[in-house]
Amino acid sequence: SSSMASAATPKYNSRSLENDSIRRSSRDGFTRDLCEEIPRLPGETRITDKEVIYICPFNGPIKGRVYITNYRLYLRSFETDSGALLDIPLGVIARVEKMGGASSRGENSYGLDITCKDMRNLRFALKQEGHSRRDIFEVLTKYAFPRSHGLPLFAFLNEEKFPENGWMVYNPIEEYRRQGLPNDQWRVSFVNKRFEMCETYPSILVVPYHSTDDDLRKVATFRSRNRIPVLSWIHPENKNVIMRCSQPLVGMGGKRNKDDEKYLDIIREANGQISKLAIFDARPSVNAVANKATGGGYESDDVYHNAEIFFLDIHNIHVMRESLRKLKDIVYPNVEESHWLSSLESTHWLEHVKFVLTGAIQVADKVASGRSSVLVHCSDGWDRTAQLTSLAMLILVYCLITACVNCTVFKLESNTSPCFFQRIGHGEKNHADTDRSPIFLQFMDCVWQMSKQFPTAFEFNEQFLITILDNLYSCRFGTFLFNSEYAREKEKVMMKTLSLWSMINSDKGKYTNPFYTKELNRALYPVASMRHLELWVNYYIRWNTRMRQQQPDPVEQRYMELLALRDEYVKRLEEMKMTNSAKLTSPSASSSAPSQMMPHVQTHF
Amino acid sequence: MLGKGVGGGGGSKAPKPSFVSYVRPEEIHTNEKEVAEKEVTLHLLPGEQLLCEASTVLKCIQDDSGQHGICGKLVCTDFKIAFLGEESTLDDNEPQFKNKLIGENDITLHCVDQIYGVFDEKKKPLFGQLKKYPEKLIIHCKDLRVFHFCLRYTKEEEVKRIVSGIIHHTQAPKLLKRLFLFSYATAKQNSTATGPTHQTVMFDTIKDWHWELERTKGNIKYKAVSANEGYKVCEKLPAYFVVPVSLPEEDISCFQGRGIPIWCWSCHNGCALLKMSAFPKEQDESNLQIQKAFLDGIYKTIHNPPYETLKTEDLSNSFISLQEIQTSYSKFKQLFLIDNSSEFWDTDVKWFSLLESSNWLDIIRRCLKKAIEVIECLEVQNTNVLLIEENASDLCCIISSLVQVMMDPYCRTRFGFQSLIQKEWIMGGHCFLDRCNHLRQNDKEEVPVFLLFLDCVWQLVQQYPPAFEFTETYLTVLSDSLYIPIFSTFFFNSPYQKDANVHQRQLSLPLNPNKSSPKRGFFETDHLIKNLLGKRISKLINSSDELHDNFREFYDSWHSKIVDYHGLLLPHIEGPEIKVWAQRCLRWIPEAQILGGSPVAIMNKVLEMMEEVQSLQKKIDEKHNSLMAPPLDGLSLLRKPARLSSLFPFALLQRHSSKPVLPTNSWKTLGDEEDLAKQEDEFVDLGDV
Repeated sequence: SSSMASAATPKYNSRSLENDSIRRSSRDGFTRDLCEEIPRLPGETRITDKEVIYICPFNGPIKGRVYITNYRLYLRSFETDSGALLDIPLGVIARVEKMGGASSRGENSYGLDITCKDMRNLRFALKQEGHSRRDIFEVLTKYAFPRSHGLPLFAFLNEEKFPENGWMVYNPIEEYRRQGLPNDQWRVSFVNKRFEMCETYPSILVVPYHSTDDDLRKVATFRSRNRIPVLSWIHPENKNVIMRCSQPLVGMGGKRNKDDEKYLDIIREANGQISKLAIFDARPSVNAVANKATGGGYESDDVYHNAEIFFLDIHNIHVMRESLRKLKDIVYPNVEESHWLSSLESTHWLEHVKFVLTGAIQVADKVASGRSSVLVHCSDGWDRTAQLTSLAMLILVYCLITACVNCTVFKLESNTSPCFFQRIGHGEKNHADTDRSPIFLQFMDCVWQMSKQFPTAFEFNEQFLITILDNLYSCRFGTFLFNSEYAREKEKVMMKTLSLWSMINSDKGKYTNPFYTKELNRALYPVASMRHLELWVNYYIRWNTRMRQQQPDPVEQRYMELLALRDEYVKRLEEMKMTNSAKLTSPSASSSAPSQMMPHVQTHF
Repeated sequence: MLGKGVGGGGGSKAPKPSFVSYVRPEEIHTNEKEVAEKEVTLHLLPGEQLLCEASTVLKCIQDDSGQHGICGKLVCTDFKIAFLGEESTLDDNEPQFKNKLIGENDITLHCVDQIYGVFDEKKKPLFGQLKKYPEKLIIHCKDLRVFHFCLRYTKEEEVKRIVSGIIHHTQAPKLLKRLFLFSYATAKQNSTATGPTHQTVMFDTIKDWHWELERTKGNIKYKAVSANEGYKVCEKLPAYFVVPVSLPEEDISCFQGRGIPIWCWSCHNGCALLKMSAFPKEQDESNLQIQKAFLDGIYKTIHNPPYETLKTEDLSNSFISLQEIQTSYSKFKQLFLIDNSSEFWDTDVKWFSLLESSNWLDIIRRCLKKAIEVIECLEVQNTNVLLIEENASDLCCIISSLVQVMMDPYCRTRFGFQSLIQKEWIMGGHCFLDRCNHLRQNDKEEVPVFLLFLDCVWQLVQQYPPAFEFTETYLTVLSDSLYIPIFSTFFFNSPYQKDANVHQRQLSLPLNPNKSSPKRGFFETDHLIKNLLGKRISKLINSSDELHDNFREFYDSWHSKIVDYHGLLLPHIEGPEIKVWAQRCLRWIPEAQILGGSPVAIMNKVLEMMEEVQSLQKKIDEKHNSLMAPPLDGLSLLRKPARLSSLFPFALLQRHSSKPVLPTNSWKTLGDEEDLAKQEDEFVDLGDV
């Protein structure tokens, strides 16, 4: 569009394409050779390359060559030798737009504007002659949105090999067994084995022992999308459970369903207590009421006598999407200067995070300290519900992370099935799709806030969270590609694609938090106050070169040095014990002066 | 609380805050018994005198179960207000660290900021003579603590005595010689004949200035002068200071030291940072002419292009005003002086805009930015910079000290930092007495200039911890010591005033005045205040690249390089990088406590590892010394693994249960997102899967 003209800094005039076009053609041969050097994954093929001016919002226009493969967009500068200026999986791209027309005047005003899903935009200026923009636009659109062009996602073409197999990380039966399930109150049901009861649920469900599969089918008729209450987690001591489901189909008429009522009563009684069942409806109560108009609703006390309902005031996906959009406006490309705090507040992003965390704390507290089991739902039970149950589990049993770093995330993803496909829009060009929403990002933000408040409690580091988020969009792995186990099985994801955990578990050291301290059976309640919630600068503002954080973290680095020193000392002590015992037998062996070889801890320690 | 049922979702109201004690008389009775069993005694410092007291006072504490009270005695001495009661802290929960002078329930008289009384559940500020006595006393402290004392069960005469006593001793104007400092020093005279020798340069001798000139290689162009020995020229300037070599000494006395460029510091390239007291506003034309001629002459001695150029920076007119700082801080501190839990959560949703409207973080940003601008002149443009301010003792102190902290790695060591405070603030004549309003003589003069400086340094410390030898805890303790009238450091307006009033050598920070306590004091053990990350700081600043005369370019260019912790250090000044000094501001607020978490957890971890490494090192050394020595197995230096909270090492407000703090608010408004909020919730079209 027309705003491009102003984006070009006059200072960099000399770098415009026109001035340089002659020189470029004469050295075309060299650049052809160079392009062969771009990194490629096994299975990745080069599609095209073009000379462009990358309009960097921080350093001004940079001349370079852009390479497009079926997986990534790669930009190398002509001016600096240092590697890639951009190396972005095409899956990150949300939208490609042409800017400027044939009549465009001004510097670098003709080209492409690319919106990414990871909080940035890219602008490339191109020559007007020779259809170079049309070519690159078409290639980008085709390979960034393969599903809209009848092409497979890159995950199905990826031929990488990893020593670890991430698909084996999570085994639902194994996971239930670790929680002591099944037991005399809870059983494993195969009612959904072929996804005939509920397409969006996994095939293996844990349900009350005293409910038959037939009962479950009846309950399913009264729950939105047949998502009946199923067990998410059981407290190892008090046997309270966290159940998840979708809203009941109460409707305007206030319909009742005896089977549903009975089912909730069975759940309530399963912990051997006589207290009420706590139902947490993640929505604001106004929305829950409004949902009656479309056939939904909530469990009212006069029908469900033995239940107490609490509304958690968490807003819907549209509100969250809008909030993130506003956040992007104040951090990209420039960080809002004059009124940073009030601008941040007006995005409501951290406030939403606060409400999600508050909800999770309440769920966790109810289960841990109360005498009642908990049922969590929102409308369909896959966004807010998944966030809440996952976070509550993180609060209560973060030792789960020690068992396998990625179990929780995996559990969230496979077990409670948030709709990754719709929320992210993998390989689809419909960027305005209202089903897209940053729910998973918000969940990861909550996890980050917790890891910030409890820096020794998580086995993984910030890089782990960022890597997951980056690969949420990359389409390199099959992990986040589909909405449900059903869809994953239908697409044979586990056979045809790689798991993200294969990559992460093959290089665990990179994602490990050195400060991690194993402490069992201790709930970690974060403080959900704005005084402690911070904007995740290393994620949201990471593209801004001015905000570059110190890498690696200096405190972490010093700690690693200490760890190395300790290991060395331990080794030396072992050696000395050996020489000592040797010396006792042959006293002539001693000659070295080991103390001189040892780095001493400096006095300031 | 939670919206319960249908109607409540929009936000059911938490009960209105009330100042009535929730303790029933029976409970008091039982508490009283306990007090009788465990006698709590008042600890008086040497020279400290008890002034008045009241018994059966309840200190109100908020915890999981709501409010409860501890019964005890409230006393007021000429040094502090103290509450003597049986604390709820369990024996095994004894704090590892404790301020040796100021206990958990002690408030020095100088630390009292505002006193409120509660009359019929209404909170009113108290001052002067009272006609009616309150049922509850709320004390807001300058270190941001808040105390609630319920007087409902106290005898009427005792209430009168204690309330009027506290009001009088904290609010009535005082004479300088009545400062507790003097009674303490007199009483303590014999026992502290010699203080430990310290490495902080005091700048009270000409030798110290010579040393500093030599250290910064400023001695070619600048000289230390003793023209003001005995304060014969000016009572505002120190006895010794440094001026340009070419400045005739007789000029110094022309206008009592005004209009004289006084040296602060020399940069590696020879450029100097100078400061000057401006002439007061002058109406008389001929006087103006004389002043102008005098200044022209002065500028000639330091401005000789192209060899030496000078840039002046008038801080009185082109920078923040003291009035702004005062207004801003009074709003800012209110955000942390929280009376009860519902106030905490009510302000939570509006937190960022409240913070912004206080303007405090923006003032910090502007100070940091100004310092960077000065550095750019010194470092890149190779010019001398002269800071001008009316008395050169407020904003000049902030900017010149910040420039030195950023440019001179020595100032990031503990002794270097203390020497810097001594040089720029104490000898620089910052009016601590007036700015802290220690004598309660003029509220208008009370401006937290030094605190602003510490907050700016804190921003640097939290952005670049390895560049500093000290930690944020050191800064927090330093900020607290502004209100402890034992150290003379922060209780005078000028070195002249101090010399005129103090005849024996006074205690100065960071000496330790009280060795008797078995507890570890803040300044005694290094772990809490000494940065574990700081390496030996020796390397001087690398010579600059070819930079252009532009702040932004200087700033961006510096930030695009790898940080050299022992070189020039520029803070990030973008919005998200300027933060609230949480350790100082949130440490007393139970709702803000993170149990078992916060950066303290990492610090503890690093400490443990260090002790392990040290013990291993010791073992190895011992093996070398005597090969036959018995092994030292079983010697564990590891402290018991404690679960610390984010309030460590300051507050004792530990919640004993692990119950979470639940926010008690709901959405106020979503603004223009209201439409979206009403949309169909989360419809997902599963058709194409």
